[in-house]
Amino acid sequence: MRQEIVKAAPAYTEFHPRWYRAPVSVYWWLGQWRYLKFILRELSSLFVASFVVITLLQVRALRNGPEAYSRFQHWLQSPWMIALNLVSFLFVVFHTITWFNLAPRAMPIWVRGKRLPEFLVAAPNYAIWLVASVVIAWFVLR
Amino acid sequence: MIMADKIILEVARYSPEQDTKPCFATYEVPVHKEWVVLDALNYIKDKVDGSLTYRWSCRMGICGSCGMMVNGEPKLTCATFLSSYAHNGNKIRVEPLRYFPVVRDLVTELSDFLVKLKKVKPWLIRKDTVPLSQGEFLQTPEQLDYYKQFSMCINCTLCYSACPVVGLDPKFVGPAAIALAQRYNLDSRDQGAVERIAVLAHPEGIWGCTFVGECTKVCPKHVDPAGAIQQYKLNAVLDWLTSFLMPRGHNSQDVKP
Amino acid sequence: MARQSDEAFFWMLFSAGGVIAAILIPVHLFLFGLAFPLGWLPAPDYERLMSLVHMPLVRVYLFVFCSLPLFHWAHRFRYTLYDGLKVKHLNEVIFALCYGGAVAGTVLAAYLTWTIA
Repeated sequence: MRQEIVKAAPAYTEFHPRWYRAPVSVYWWLGQWRYLKFILRELSSLFVASFVVITLLQVRALRNGPEAYSRFQHWLQSPWMIALNLVSFLFVVFHTITWFNLAPRAMPIWVRGKRLPEFLVAAPNYAIWLVASVVIAWFVLR
Repeated sequence: MIMADKIILEVARYSPEQDTKPCFATYEVPVHKEWVVLDALNYIKDKVDGSLTYRWSCRMGICGSCGMMVNGEPKLTCATFLSSYAHNGNKIRVEPLRYFPVVRDLVTELSDFLVKLKKVKPWLIRKDTVPLSQGEFLQTPEQLDYYKQFSMCINCTLCYSACPVVGLDPKFVGPAAIALAQRYNLDSRDQGAVERIAVLAHPEGIWGCTFVGECTKVCPKHVDPAGAIQQYKLNAVLDWLTSFLMPRGHNSQDVKP
Repeated sequence: MARQSDEAFFWMLFSAGGVIAAILIPVHLFLFGLAFPLGWLPAPDYERLMSLVHMPLVRVYLFVFCSLPLFHWAHRFRYTLYDGLKVKHLNEVIFALCYGGAVAGTVLAAYLTWTIA
């Protein structure tokens, strides 16, 4: 009787238990919201790159003269480009916020034997972001 | 919210001699206010199905034995209360820790983790030996605080189950091992940072980590392994730069205060 | 002494690019990608922009702006492909495409900012 049970069972190495290894699906990141949030954060790099490409096109258009630049500006007004830039803007700001919030974990700052709380390390980053943005905007809009 | 007086547990069962893959068995367990998932499992083993197999020991969150997936999240079952789930007809799904081979039911095979832990040399390494007559190593409270957080690790491997890179790359050294290596790197008594670099600053070491951050979120002792890894990345960059710019004078980056 | 891998160099570029992207890209995107095309703010005209771009410092700024974030993308996207699509076995191809793209963009940025005046 016992012989039949062993034969009916799947292949088995005598005296060594067959461990079960669960396969990891390619879609592991869709399984939980926190994993999806991580992948979205990583995908923000695509929108960083796409805007750099747009900036390169902008510099090229400037180099090619006023008509070329005017055509570039018109292209930026097309609905697809507005949509892309809106989505890009959201992703890029998401990158900025996650980047500044995570930076303090990589750089613990010890003052008089105590570690500075994380928001105090993140805050200067936000301040620099604000100042830089104002300065650039002023330069461009003046 | 009214707490139900019974709750259903769906527990993964796997017998290597009979099964090719795990299946779930359903048990109904009484709910007491102070009961944790481990109590429910002990109830099942005592009263319902004695063949249920799982690891546990201290039942107070310090030995690290009872880690399991509870409703898809890695948790210490001795620290997870039934009352958090016992309403709205919720069920509790208990599975073995993810990304480890399953030996039987809820028991995982941990030897891979232990090999990785040993690789990072998590012990005090001295270049010089100080004779006993010179007395003990003295350490100020500040020097202790520098590495204390990373010393709290209980090797429960919940972080390995939370980290997707562990699941995707079997050779990734993993959060706990790197945090423990950093615990020794930051210890003022240790002189072995150089010996750990080859294992840590390696694609299967810190560079495999993409700072998902889930390891820190699930750690029951608040070790922050993700922080340890990112801190080591910065150190590794400085070390790489000095090795590049000053190859002959290069002595590995001293990470102590 | 055991030498560590060169991955540190690429992570350094990723970090630098990430900081530049975090601080500078939002305002550029907002102004040139949304505010000016949609007319929320008056767009600077061609002469104004060219006068800005004539300044060497602005050209260096534009070069850094276009180069480092591309290396940030290259590193991050490379790992996203490894983890997200489990294609680590294609790592040489992915490495070449990602960093090749970043280098190409850098070369283009250098050429454009150098020859714009």
